[in-house]
Amino acid sequence: MTVKLTIDGQPVEARAGQTVLEAARAHGFRIPTLCYHKDLSPTGNCRMCVVEVEGWRGLQAACVTEVQEGMVVHTQTETVMRDRKLNLELMLANHPMECLTCEANGDCELQDLAYEYQVDVPQWGFKGNRYPVDSDPNPFIHVDMNKCILCRRCVLACAEIQVRDVWGVAQRGFDEVIVAGAGTDLLSARCESCGQCVAYCPTGALTNRMEIGVGRTYDLEKITTTCTYCGVGCQFDLLVKDERVVGVASNPEAPVNGMALCVKGRYGWDFIHHPERLTRPRVRRYLLEGGEKPKGHQLDENPPRAWDWVEVSWEEALDLTARKLHETRRQYGPDSIGIFTSAKCTNEENYLMNKLARQVLGTHNIDHCARL
Amino acid sequence: MTGLVASYGSGAMSNSMDDIAQLAEAFFVIGSNTTEQHPVFGTMLRRAVRFRGAKLIVADPRRIDLTEFATLHLQQRPGTDIALLNGLMHIILQNGWEDKAFVAKRTEGFEEFRETVMRYPPDKVAEITGVPLEKLYQAAEIMAQSKPMAVMWAMGITQHITGVRNVMSLANLQMLLGNVGVPGGGVNPLRGQNNVQGACDLGGLPNVYPGYQNVTIPAHKEKFEAAWGVKGLKTEVGMTLTEMVPGIETGAIHALYIMAEDPAVSDPDSAHIRHNLQQVDFVALQEIFPSETAAFADVLLPGASFAEKDGTFTNTERRIQRVRRAIPPLGESRPDWVIIRDLARRLMALDPARFDWQAPHVGWDYKHPSEVMDELAALTPIYAGVRYERLEKGERLQWPVKDETHPGTPILHVGQFTRGKGRFHAIDHLEPAEGPDEAYPFIMSTGRVLYHWHGGEMTRRAEGLVKVYDEPLAEINPDDAARLHLDEASRVRITSRRGAIETAVLITERVPPGMVYTNFHFPQAGANELTQAVLDPQAKIPEYKVTAVRVEKVA
Repeated sequence: MTVKLTIDGQPVEARAGQTVLEAARAHGFRIPTLCYHKDLSPTGNCRMCVVEVEGWRGLQAACVTEVQEGMVVHTQTETVMRDRKLNLELMLANHPMECLTCEANGDCELQDLAYEYQVDVPQWGFKGNRYPVDSDPNPFIHVDMNKCILCRRCVLACAEIQVRDVWGVAQRGFDEVIVAGAGTDLLSARCESCGQCVAYCPTGALTNRMEIGVGRTYDLEKITTTCTYCGVGCQFDLLVKDERVVGVASNPEAPVNGMALCVKGRYGWDFIHHPERLTRPRVRRYLLEGGEKPKGHQLDENPPRAWDWVEVSWEEALDLTARKLHETRRQYGPDSIGIFTSAKCTNEENYLMNKLARQVLGTHNIDHCARL
Repeated sequence: MTGLVASYGSGAMSNSMDDIAQLAEAFFVIGSNTTEQHPVFGTMLRRAVRFRGAKLIVADPRRIDLTEFATLHLQQRPGTDIALLNGLMHIILQNGWEDKAFVAKRTEGFEEFRETVMRYPPDKVAEITGVPLEKLYQAAEIMAQSKPMAVMWAMGITQHITGVRNVMSLANLQMLLGNVGVPGGGVNPLRGQNNVQGACDLGGLPNVYPGYQNVTIPAHKEKFEAAWGVKGLKTEVGMTLTEMVPGIETGAIHALYIMAEDPAVSDPDSAHIRHNLQQVDFVALQEIFPSETAAFADVLLPGASFAEKDGTFTNTERRIQRVRRAIPPLGESRPDWVIIRDLARRLMALDPARFDWQAPHVGWDYKHPSEVMDELAALTPIYAGVRYERLEKGERLQWPVKDETHPGTPILHVGQFTRGKGRFHAIDHLEPAEGPDEAYPFIMSTGRVLYHWHGGEMTRRAEGLVKVYDEPLAEINPDDAARLHLDEASRVRITSRRGAIETAVLITERVPPGMVYTNFHFPQAGANELTQAVLDPQAKIPEYKVTAVRVEKVA
C-alpha cells in the first residue's frame, strides 16, 4: 500500500509502514542522523533527524515517525536547523576536543555534522574526562567512553547483529554510560571480539586498536576482497597504506555478511606482515653440493650440515624442483609423485595444480585437506 | 560429499545461507560448532532464532555455544549419529509424519530404508545414544511440524569412520520430510576452509577432473586429453592425501609437491606422518611461513598471502567471489599461480615431445588469473559462465553457472535431484573404531576454537588472537576434573595408543563426563599426536571425533 505525503513542498509516495526518514532518503532528501543505522532498530534518541510535521506539536524524530496519508513534512525549517545545531552543541559540550589526535578523525559522523552545521564549541565547554581513556583490556577494541554520544548503536549491533548482548546502558541522566556486561570488561562479559560495535560506532568511542596511529581513513586505500579463513565467504575492505595492510573495514555491500565479520576476519590479518614470512626461495645444502639426503635425521637436534637451508634465486629453485620431479617421474613413474593442492588457495591456483598433476606429470594423485 | 553424491548426485551445500536464515522454520544443526567455526553464519542462525522465532535443534555431544539458543539440545554419545537419526526417522514414520507425496514422486529405495529404520525403536536408540526418550519424541515432532527445516552439519558428522553413512542418513531425513529443493530447507554441509569448495570443484581431488567429471569415465579422459594436448590420462582414481603419506613407506610415493598444506600438523597420527615425511626422496613446499611441514621440505618456495594476489574463492554455498591484490607480494615471494605456472613450463620443456602443442589449452602462458578462469570455465560445466567481468560488475554467481547469461543457482535439486531421483539408503549404526576401555577410559574429540584456525600457521602469528587464546586447552567436565583432582591451574597428560600430549585444562560443562575436547592449533600439544589414521572406507576421512584416551594429572 502506498501513502502520499509532502516533503519540503514536493509530493512523495511512500510504502505504508515506512518511516519519514526512509521515505525522505528514498527521494533524495538529506536528513542528518547519528543514532540511526539502517541495519539496526531505530531508537530516536539523538534527535538529529528532527523534522516539522504540519499540525503536529513539537518536532518529530524522522527515524521513528511512520508516514501517514497527507502528511506535510519540512526537513529544513529554521526551527529544525536550530534544534539540530543545539543538539550538536550539547553533545560537543561533553566531548573531548581531540580531533587532532583522535583515531576517528575523518571517519567521524559527529565531526562531519559539527562541520555541516558549523557548530560553535560551547563556551561552557568540556569539563574534562569522566572515564579512563582506553578503559578495556580487549586486545582488539579500544574503548574511550569520553567520546561516546550515547547513540546505542554498539548496544544494538551487539544485540541485533551479533546477538551476544555484551553492551548495555547503565545509570541515568548525565551519568548514563555504556557498559560491558554489568560494568565489567568486554571479554568477561562474553565478548566475541567481532568488532561489530566498532564498525557501527559513529565517533571515536570505539576504535580498532590495531589501526590506531597508522593512518587517517582518507589516506588509506581500500581493496574489497574475500576473507581467507572459513568457508562462509565474508567480504571486507583491506585498508592499505604504503604497500602495507593496516586494517580491515566492513563493506556494507558484502553479499554474504554485510557489515558483520568475526574476530579472525576483522582482526586476524596481521600474519600478513609477520617477520617469519618466507620471502626468498631456499633449498637444502645437499641439493647444491650433490650429496645424499640425510633421511631420518632431518629432525635431529643438530641435523647434518647437508640439511642446512641455503637461499637461492627463483631460477635455481624452480630448475632444481623441475629436475627432481622429472627424474622421479622417469625413474618411478608418474604415480610416484603426490600433489597436495590447497583449500586456502584460489580457484585458479587449484585448477593449475590439477593441470600440473594430470597434464604435466600424468597422475591423479592430487588431494587437499577437505577431509581434515 | 561422497555421501551426498550417492544420495542426490551432488555433494555441495544445497541452499544459500541467507535463504536458510530467512526462511527456515526450523534448523537442525548436527556436528557443527557453527558460532565458532562459521561465526558469521552462526550469528545469522542466532538472529533467526531470536527475532523470527525459528526453532533450533542442536545435536552435539558438547554443550556448544549455539545450544544457548536451542529449542532442544540432543547430547548424543560421540559416534552414534546414525542411531540417533534412525531413531528420529522411526518416530516420524510411526506417526505418519513423512512427506508421502515427496517420497513417492522424487525418491527411490524407500522400502529397504524403511525396514532398516524400523529396527531402531526409540528405547533402543535412547540406550545407544544416551539421549532421553522424551527428547527424541520432542525433536521428531519439531522436525515434522516445522517446514521447511534446514539441516546443517560440518566435520562433526564427516570425521568418523561412518562419515559417508552419517551424511546419507541426513540425506534420508531431508527426503523423508520433503525438505529438499525448497527455499529454507536442504542439506547443508558447511565447508571448513575458505576455498575448500573451490579446491574440490576444480580438480583438487584424486577421482575427478574439474567440475566433478569422474576420471574413470573414458569420455572425460578424452575431453581433457584433447584440451591439454596429452595422451594416456589414466581412468583409475589416484591416491587421497590420507593414502599418499603412508604410501611413502610402502614405496608407492617418492616425491611430494605441496602447496599451502601442513600435513605434519593437520593429518592424523603425527608421529607416523613425521616418520614418513623423513623417508620420502623429495618434498617441495610452497608456503608463506616455515610451517611444521617445512622441517621436512627439500625446497621451500615462498608463496603469497591472499592479500597479495588476484583470484577467486568459492564459499560454502557455491558462491564465486573475487580475491583482490591489495599489496605486492612480500620480498621475493610470488603468487602461487605464478609459481605453479613457471614450474609447469620447466617440466614441459624437459619433455616437450609428450605434448600436442596444437591443443587449445596445452600452454601455460597465463598473464593474469582471469585467463585461468576463462580456461577452466571452458572445461568445467558448472563454472561455464563465470567470468571476471561479470564478478566485477557485481553479479552474484553461485554454481552451476551454465553459460555467460545464466544467473547461477542459489538452490540445488529444485524439481529434480541432480541424479534424477533421490536415493534412500538403508544405513545401520556402527560403533566407532576405538571405544573407551579400562586403559583409555575417555573419548577425545578434536576441533578448533573461535580464535584460531586449523594448524594455526596464520592465527598463531596474529598478535591479538594469541593474546586472547595463547595455549591449547583441553576441555574436561567438572566431575572428571574433581575425580582427577584438577583445578584451573592444572596440567594434564593425555595419552592415546599412538602418543601423548601435555596441556592446560579448561574445566567446563561444555563437555559431558567421560569426554575431553582438544584442538590442533598448537604444535606443542597437537591433538593429532593422539588421533588415529582410521578412515571412512569410501571418503577416506579420518575419525578425528572419537579417540580413546587416558587423562592424568601432571604433578
